[in-house]
Amino acid sequence: MQGFYTLFYKEMLRFWKVSFQTVAAPVLTALLYQLIFAHSIGQHVEPYPGVSYSAFLIPGLAMMSMLQNSFANTSSSLIQSKITGNIVFLLLPPLSHMEFFLAYTLAAVVRGFVVGVGVIVVTLLFAVPPFAHPLWMLVFGLLGCGVMGILGLIAGIWAEKFDQLAGFQNFIIMPLTFLSGVFYSIHSLPPFWQNVSHFNPVFYMIDGFRYACFGVGDVAPWLSFGVVGVTFLLLSALTLHLLRSGYKLRR
Amino acid sequence: MTAIVFDRVGKQFGNFTALQEISFTVEQGDFFALLGPNGAGKTTLISILGGLTRASSGSTTVMGFDVQRDYRAARRAVGIVPQELVFDPFFTVRETLRFQSGYFGIRNNDDWIDEILAHIGLTEKADTNMRKLSGGMKRRVMVAQALVHRPPVIVLDEPTAGVDVELRQSLWAFVRSLNADGHTIVLTTHYLEEAEMLCNRIAMLKQGRLLALEDKDKLMSRGASRHLLIKTASTGLPAALQPLLASQSEEGFELRLADCNQLESILVELRQAGVGLKDIEITKPDLEEIFVEMMNQ
Ligand SMILES: Nc1ncnc2c1ncn2[C@@H]1O[C@H](COP(=O)(O)OP(=O)(O)O)[C@@H](O)[C@H]1O
Ligand SMILES: [Mg+2]
Repeated sequence: MQGFYTLFYKEMLRFWKVSFQTVAAPVLTALLYQLIFAHSIGQHVEPYPGVSYSAFLIPGLAMMSMLQNSFANTSSSLIQSKITGNIVFLLLPPLSHMEFFLAYTLAAVVRGFVVGVGVIVVTLLFAVPPFAHPLWMLVFGLLGCGVMGILGLIAGIWAEKFDQLAGFQNFIIMPLTFLSGVFYSIHSLPPFWQNVSHFNPVFYMIDGFRYACFGVGDVAPWLSFGVVGVTFLLLSALTLHLLRSGYKLRR
Repeated sequence: MTAIVFDRVGKQFGNFTALQEISFTVEQGDFFALLGPNGAGKTTLISILGGLTRASSGSTTVMGFDVQRDYRAARRAVGIVPQELVFDPFFTVRETLRFQSGYFGIRNNDDWIDEILAHIGLTEKADTNMRKLSGGMKRRVMVAQALVHRPPVIVLDEPTAGVDVELRQSLWAFVRSLNADGHTIVLTTHYLEEAEMLCNRIAMLKQGRLLALEDKDKLMSRGASRHLLIKTASTGLPAALQPLLASQSEEGFELRLADCNQLESILVELRQAGVGLKDIEITKPDLEEIFVEMMNQ
C-alpha cells in the first residue's frame, strides 16, 4: 500500500512541478478553441434546443483536454523513465503489478481533473452550462480519464522511442478524440459517419459528459456508461496482463 | 542460510546465449567478486537476481526466496546498484531516497537516509536536484538508493567506474563496514586490485560460462609463481640463474620462482659469482595475472 501511495504521489509531483506545461498550457489551448470556435460558428448553430454553441462546446472541450492530458501523463512519464533508464528504480522494488497500474492510472486521472476544472473555470466566461447531473460528470470524468491514462500506460510500455509514442498519439489518440463530437453533435453528420462514430469509445465519454452537463445528449447516458465502463475493464485487464508478463519492461 | 543460489541459470537473447547453466552460491557474510571481461554476462546475471531480466532456464533465490515466484520477498532481500548511471532529473537527492524507501514500503525513513548520506558524503547535497550533481555524486546516490531498505544482500555492478580515487576509497570503507555488520556483498569490478583487496570469494565468468569459483586465497595460491626482483651492483646475471629470468629492465632482473625455498640457492649463486645486491623484492602473483591467465585458457 505504501508502495502504491509513494508512486502515486511521485507521479503527481512530477506533473505538478512543471504545471505550467502540464496544466496551464492545455487550459490556454482550450480557451483559444473556445474563443475561435464559439465566435466563428457560435452565431449560426444551436446544437440542442435552448443550448447555445458556446455552452455546448464547454463540456466537449473540457473532456477532450482531460482525456489528452491523462494520456500524456502516463505515456510521457513511462517513456521518459524507459529512455533515461531510471525505470530500474521502479522495477527493482517489490511493487506489485496492481500497485504500479493503479498509481500511474490514478495520477493520470488527477492531472485530467486538474486540467478539466481549469478549462471549465475559464470557459465559464463564455457561457454557463446548467451542470444538470454532477454525479454523472464525476463518473464520466473518472472513467474517461482512467481509460486514457491506461491507454497511455500501454503506449508507454510498448513504445521504445519518442517517435513511436508520437505515432500512437497522432494516429490513434488524436483521431479518436477529434472524431468524437467535441465540436459538433454527431446528429449533424451524414449517416455513415454517425455510424462510424458509434464505434468510437471516446464519443461515449464526450457524449456522456455532455449529457451530465445539459441533461441531453446524442445517446442515453447508461449506454455511454456501459461502453466506457466495458472499455475501462478490458483495457485494465490487458494492461495488468502486460505488466504481469513483463512485456518490454523485463526482458 | 545461503544468501544467493544460482541453479543452472541460462539466458538467451534470441539465439544468442548470454549465460549458460550458471550454478554457484554466495554464502551469508561473503564479500563476493564476480569477475569477467566485458560481455561475459555479469550484468545479465545480476539483472536476473533483481528481476530486471527473466532467466530462460534454471532458478535463482535470494535469502531463500525465488526471484520469480516470491518476487516481492526476494526484492526486499536485495539492494542492487545498477551499472548504468541513471537518475530522475525531476527530483532532489532526498526526494529520490524517500521515494525509493516508499517503493519498498517504508515510511519515515529519514533517520536512515541521513545516516547513508553522511556515509557517502552527500549530506550537503540532500536538497540539491539530481541534475546538478556530478557523475560521481549521482553514482553515490544510486548506492544510497540500493540501501534504503537495509537489504541483507547488496550487489554493486561496477560501482567505481568513473569515480575518482578518493571517493572510491570512502565507498569501499563504507561497503566494508556494511560487510562487517553482516551484509552479504557481491560486486563486479574492472579493477582487479579492488576485488583482491576486498573480497573473500571470487567467481570468474567468460562468454556466459563460469570459469572459476574459489576462495580468493586458494585462487591466488593456485597460479602461484612468485616473482623475485633483484637489483645488482654489476650488470651481469650469473649463468646459473639465466633459466629463471622472466624479464629484465632498468629496475633490475625479474626471476620466476616455483617456490620460496629457491631463494636460498639463488642468494648462494649470486655470492659465488661475486655479484653484489642493491635491492631485493618478492612479489606475489596478483589477481590480474591469474585473471589474464584464466581468460586465455
Ligand atoms: N537486452 C539484450 N539483448 C541482446 N543481447 C544482450 C542484451 N543484454 C545483454 N546482451 C548481451 O549479453 C552479453 C552479456 O552482457 P552483459 O551481461 O552486459 O555483460 P557484462 O556485464 O559482463 O559486461 C553481451 O554479449 C551483450 O551484448
Ligand atoms: Mg556489465
